[in-house]
This record gives sequence, C-alpha cells and structure tokens, in this order.
Amino acid sequence: MSSALAGYLARRVGQAVLVLWAAFTVTFAILYLLPSDPVAVMLGGGQGEQVDVDPAQLAALRAEHGLDDPLPVQYAAALWRTLHLDLGTSISNGAPVTRLIADALPQTALLAAAAFALALVLGVATALASTWARWGWVRSLLLALPPLGVSLPTFWVGLLLIQLLSFRVPVFPALGNEGAASLVLPAVTLAVPVSASIAQVLARGLRTALAEPYVETARAKGASRARVHLRHALRNATIPALTIAGVIVGNLLAGAVVVETVFSRVGIGRLTVSAVNGQDIPLVQGLVLLAAAVFVATNLVVDLLYPVVDPRIRLLGGARASARRTARATARPVVGSTS
Amino acid sequence: MSAPLLQVSDLRISYGSGSHRREVVHGVSFEVHPGEVVAVVGESGSGKSTTAHAVVGLLPASGAVDGGSVRLEGEELVGLPERAWRSVRGARIGLVPQDPTLSLNPVKRVGEQVAEALVVHGLARGAAARAQAVELLTAAGLPDAGVRARQYPAELSGGMRQRVLIAVGLAAGPRLLVADEPTSALDVTVQRQVLDHLEHLRRESGTAVLFITHDLAVAADRASRVVVMSQGRVVETGSARQVLTAPRHPYTASLVASAPSLSSARVTALPRAAASAVPAPAAPAAPVGRAAAGAGEPLVQVRSLVKEFALPGRGRTQRAVDGVSFSIGRGETLGLVGESGSGKTTTARLVLGLERPTSGQVLVEGRDTAGLRGRAWRELRRRMQLVYQNPYASLDPRVAVGETVAEPLRAFGVGDRASRRRRAAELLEKVQLPADVLERRPAELSGGQRQRVAIARALALDPELVVCDEPVSALDVSVQARILELLVQLQADQGLSYLFISHDLAVVRQISDRVGVMRHGELVELAPTAEVFTRPRHPYTVELLEAIPGRRALEEVP
Repeated sequence: MSSALAGYLARRVGQAVLVLWAAFTVTFAILYLLPSDPVAVMLGGGQGEQVDVDPAQLAALRAEHGLDDPLPVQYAAALWRTLHLDLGTSISNGAPVTRLIADALPQTALLAAAAFALALVLGVATALASTWARWGWVRSLLLALPPLGVSLPTFWVGLLLIQLLSFRVPVFPALGNEGAASLVLPAVTLAVPVSASIAQVLARGLRTALAEPYVETARAKGASRARVHLRHALRNATIPALTIAGVIVGNLLAGAVVVETVFSRVGIGRLTVSAVNGQDIPLVQGLVLLAAAVFVATNLVVDLLYPVVDPRIRLLGGARASARRTARATARPVVGSTS
Repeated sequence: MSAPLLQVSDLRISYGSGSHRREVVHGVSFEVHPGEVVAVVGESGSGKSTTAHAVVGLLPASGAVDGGSVRLEGEELVGLPERAWRSVRGARIGLVPQDPTLSLNPVKRVGEQVAEALVVHGLARGAAARAQAVELLTAAGLPDAGVRARQYPAELSGGMRQRVLIAVGLAAGPRLLVADEPTSALDVTVQRQVLDHLEHLRRESGTAVLFITHDLAVAADRASRVVVMSQGRVVETGSARQVLTAPRHPYTASLVASAPSLSSARVTALPRAAASAVPAPAAPAAPVGRAAAGAGEPLVQVRSLVKEFALPGRGRTQRAVDGVSFSIGRGETLGLVGESGSGKTTTARLVLGLERPTSGQVLVEGRDTAGLRGRAWRELRRRMQLVYQNPYASLDPRVAVGETVAEPLRAFGVGDRASRRRRAAELLEKVQLPADVLERRPAELSGGQRQRVAIARALALDPELVVCDEPVSALDVSVQARILELLVQLQADQGLSYLFISHDLAVVRQISDRVGVMRHGELVELAPTAEVFTRPRHPYTVELLEAIPGRRALEEVP
C-alpha cells in the first residue's frame, strides 16, 4: 500500500468519526432546545398530553434522568453513555432503546437489502438499455423512465400494488412481516424510486463515457458494442454513480418509513413514526444516531471502494477527492427530488 | 505500380440531419499504396480528420457518408454493416488517435488495453495476450515495458501514452495505420522520438500509414506523398518535396509560406505613415521597429528568480523556476522557449506579479516590485499586460467584444462611457478588426479574430510590456502568421516590449530579438536569436533545434 493510499484511508476514517460525533452533538442540541418537557411527556403516558402532576414527583424524575444537571454535564454524560452503546430507555414503554432498535432493525435491513438488490438490477439494466438501444425513440423512452420513477409517490405505488396484487388478484399478502411473500410488494415499492436514481446517474455516466476518446480507441481495435459498453464505459460510469450511494441509502431509510406504514410492517420506519408521534426523545435520538451511523458507514464504504474502482485515486491519494466532491454536488440535485 | 491498398474516391461526407444537414467533405479522392506513408495536411475545418474517421468507419453519430467509395484491398468499406466493420478495424486498419491523455481508458492497465486488440480478433488470449502486449510495447519503444504494462495511463507521460497507442494500433498487424494528429499534443523533442520510432516500426512491418496532420513540415518530413486539403476538398497532391518546394496551388503556397518551421525569415513591420499619430513613449518608430537591445536601462530586469511550489506530502516542494535572470529592453522582444513543465509560464507570472517569487527580484525600471502596494502596484499593473494562449477561454462569452476591450479602462476609471467606447473602436481598428465586431460576442468570431480582441484588450491601457503566453499555439498556421505580423506592427508603432513565450522554437525565431531556452526551471541559454539558431551552445538547445520538423524534406532526397 502506498503512503498516498494510506493517507487517503486515514483521512476518510477520521472524517467518518468526526461526522458521527457531530451528528450526536446536533441531535443533543436540537432535542435540548425543543420546547417539550420530556418528564411531562413521560408522565402523560407518551401521548404528549399535559397532565397535572406533583412538582416533587417531577423534580425526582428530573433528577433520576439527570435532567437537572448543568448542560455540559448532561452532554458529557450522554456522550459517555452513547460511547458505551447505552442509548437510555424509551419514555413511552420503558424498554431499552438499543433493544427496541435491535428488534426492529433486521426487518428493515431485510426490506432495504431486497429493495436495493432489485433496484440495482433494474437501474443498471435500464441505464445500459438506454445507451445500448439503436433506435432513438427507444432510447428516449428508456431515458424518460427514471424521472417518472422518482416522481411517483411511494405510498401511492404501495397502495396501487396492494390493490392489484393483493385484493384484485390475491398473489401476495397486503400486510405484515410473515414469510418471504410478504416482502415482495414492500420491496418492489421501495425499489422503484431507488432504481430510478441509479438508472438516472448511471445512464448519464454511460453517455459521458461513451463520448470519451478512449471508447473510440476501443472501437478502433475492433471491439464489439457489448465489449465497449461493459468493459470500457460501465466501469467509468460507475465512478459518478458511486457518489450517490449515500443518497440511495437515504432514500431507502426515508422510503422505509412510508413503506412500513403502508404495509403495516414492523421495522425501523414504523418505530421512527411512533417515536416521533409520542415525543419519545431517547428513542428519537437513538434512531437519529442510527441513521447517521448508516450514512457514515455507507460513505466510508464508498470512499474505500473508490480506490478499487478508480486507480487514479490509488495513485494520487486525495488529489482527486475534490473532483469527486464536485461530482457529488452535481449528482445530488438530479436525485434530490426522491425523498 | 502495385494495386492501391486504400483507394478513396469522390468521398462525400455530411453532418447533421434534415435542414441542418451540411456537407463537409466534397468529393475527396486519394490512394495509399502498400507500405507507403501518405500525409493528409490541412487546417482546422479542412475535413482531414472527418475523412480519416470515415476510413476507419468511426464517424460520429451525426455524420454520414453521402457518396463515393473507400476501398481497402479492393473491398468496398462504405455501407459495411457494423459486424463486418469489427473484423476490419484493428485487424486490417489500425488507428492511432489524436489525444494521448484521453484516448486510453483511465481505469484499465495499459498492457490490458494493448492485449485487448489481440483478444477481440482471437489472435491471443489470457497470459499469451499479456506477454505479447509487453512485446508490442517494447517494440513501440516503451522502456521497461514489463513494468509499464501493469501501470495505468495516469502513471505514464504523454509520450509514453502515445507509444502505448501506437502499440494498440499495430497490435493486430494491420496493413494500414491511420494516424490522426498522433503527436500534436506532444513536445517537439518527444514528437520527434515518437515519429522516428513509428517510422522504424513501419519499415519493419511494411504497414502503410495514412498520416493526418495540421503541420505541413511534419507531413513533409514523414510522408512520401502529401495530400493538401482545404474546406473539404483536396487542393493538391504530390511528393513531399514537390509540395514543399514547388507548390502548384495558391493555398499550398500560402501554407508553405506561413509554416514557421519552414522559413527562417523574421516577421517585419511595414513602415506606416499613421505610426506617427500614435504617441510612442520610448522607441519612436525605429527602422522596422527594432530598438537596439540593451540600449539604456532595461524596462524589466529579473534577478535569480526562484519559485517553489508545495507538493502533496510533508514539506516536499518542486522548483518550477530555478535561478532565472534576464532583462527586457524597451522595444525589445525576448522569446522564452521550453517544453511543457519547463517553468516558462511561471516565469511570466512572476514577471507580471501574479505570483510571488520564493526568492529573487523583479525590477521594473530599476525598482524592485516586491514592496509595491496600493496605487504604485496598480500603476505597475497598468504598464504590464498579458495575452493568453487560449482565445476561446480568455474572453467572457456573454459579454460583447466592445465591453471586453474597454474593461481595463473601466477597471482603472479611465474616461467616461462614451470615450471608452471610442477608445475600444480605436483599439479594434489597431488590431485590424472591422468596427462591427464591437457589438458581437466572442462565439461569433474565429480563433484568430478572438486573439486580436485579446490583444486589443491588452493594449487598452497603453502598456509598456505585453507578456504573450503561447499566443498563437491554438491557431492554424496561416492565422498564426497574421497574428505575428500584427504583434510586430504594433511593436513598431508603439514601442512595446514583448516577453514572448512559446514551446515552438520556429515561432519564437520569427519574432524575437533574443531567445532564452528554459529547461526544468533553469534558463540554459540566453543569446541573440541568430546566435541561438546558428551557434547553439547548450546541448539541449541543439536537441530542440534538431527536433524542429521540416528539415529532412528540404535537406535530404527522400
């Protein structure tokens, strides 16, 4: 490993840690500044109603949760607990936040993984087909699909699928977490906007790559269209597409909230909805941290993948990082409408 | 004579569709015989590159062959289906593309890219293909080919990449190689090495070469026959020697006359009656505008200038300019030549005060410029102006030419709107542009016209020194010659001093009083122009001189 590459990796890991810390601090600050009083919420049965309680009881509860300490002490204590993966207990039902998350996470992870796999296949296929097609109208049609895909509201797609494939033709169950069959409709629903983002960025990358002079060199060697597309253009087009991985994970998480609600599935999305509705502050904080951790992990994986996909980063270290950041900035608005 | 290997007859090509369809190649015919090198020469827009692309069947999607034929060993290529083309490209016609930086896939090892040319034609596969690729790279003159083959394009220099592309083009043993401006992006010494090597390979393999170039001198050096194209037509075909020494068509004659490397004549200014109308501060219309170099105090003096740039990594630096000293007299032109990375542009930026030197001094009329601030600094700015290399990028595309030219006046608060406008019109007249250019945008102008606008802008504040950084290298030779004439004329009229930077010795020779040769940040030679060209002292200067194309065709019998 060259020193340039080692430096690149060290910088990326350092940045990841920094982002996690910042995410924690920002959630802490925001939740502290919110007008609602967590103790009052706790006593209100998690429904957010204000009830009359004994001030002494309130003070005792405050002390128990450390809410009457000075702000820095509260912050330090919270940070310390978080570092030990102790995210506190849910206000609404008293269960540890980590356990609530751990219970819900596998279902959402399964849903997201299924949706992502489906989206990857659909997205790559659409992008390749749109540059591969010989007829102009086929190309235009295929290129029109991604914007359509990102514009369709997720809940509407979900309801439509339930209507068609559960009620009218009962092929898949409409609700619940039971078995593989119950995963199909939610995964398809979640995959639609995600595949559209992938297709959009990848198709653009492919078109750019196919116009590069090295493609002409490949064709001049006698390479077939398939070889030019798959061996030359696709790998180069993957580089800009990788930059939107973070956005895609965001889409998956945001989409999970809607999809799990529409299909009444247990998971992180549903948990988030109920935590927010019930002003369950420790749980919300835990979920925000989880989301931040997922984002940070995704971007770290992407950053580690770059040197594998693009040898120029391997050679020049972070020299290209700025170029990539620009690419990311330009890639974002394209898919920004998704969530 | 043998049957032609390639026969192009009455080829017509057009771009666009529907009402926007426009023919760009109007019935071109020529032949290439086995083992022969034929050069197609022309300026931008002549259709030479389009013709070359039609020969390999790689016209862009908007282009189409409307008529005529391209026959390879008697077989018609026009209208060949894509599948059939695949067995022609690479195997029977190889291509060496123009741009070595962009023509290799950045994410694949170069060895793999050479091997691919074998693999697609089923000539070798796997380890055998890789081994053969190393042999091909060695043959193409790539040092350490075994190691290089496992590297990526970004790790190779421009010259090395071009050798890789030559290896790609020749890999499958084609009988015809189409080389589209193969060395135009390279430094002259590298160009010479690459072309020498290509010639050596060609002699060994007996491959015929269709050589596309804008440089008549290179064409004459390398080809046995030259086809001259202009505006989509062949205007002249003949032996290299005949085209160069006895051109029959007036266009060829003008091309020969404009090619800087083919003439040693210096560009001179015409004595103009109007010259007296312009107040010339220091050098009142000396005979043909030449003030004696070194007379009086020099305008600019540069003393042991050093500029270091930080490199990524701890404390590493690169010396871009290393102890450079020279002076520029009033009315003098100092030419600065060097290859890419030699530090010539950095030197110019130091002179202009756009960069701060790491050490050393820049003196203007004996005063050190380092300490200048505020008003004095702005005054210095006014006296020294810059003309950039790329006339396509140095003008704001959204602003009318008149405003661009008047901008320096506005920046210095000279005059009011009306007087600035009059001044802009005057300046355009001075650079010999029609008055209606004032209202136009840069996109409506040709490259040469744009460079004239850039020159007019540089002259707006009556500067004493104009730094010209590769002012003609983006232009066609005939346009190049006009711009050089203009620069000389302006110098004669106004007593300007020039610091003229170029990679092209031949261009520098046409305009400079003295020439400095830069290499790796050092000024290795500085002498009067004639001396540099007749009695070069430094071995590097000798090497540069020998690399100037156009000598062989005139000196040797082909």
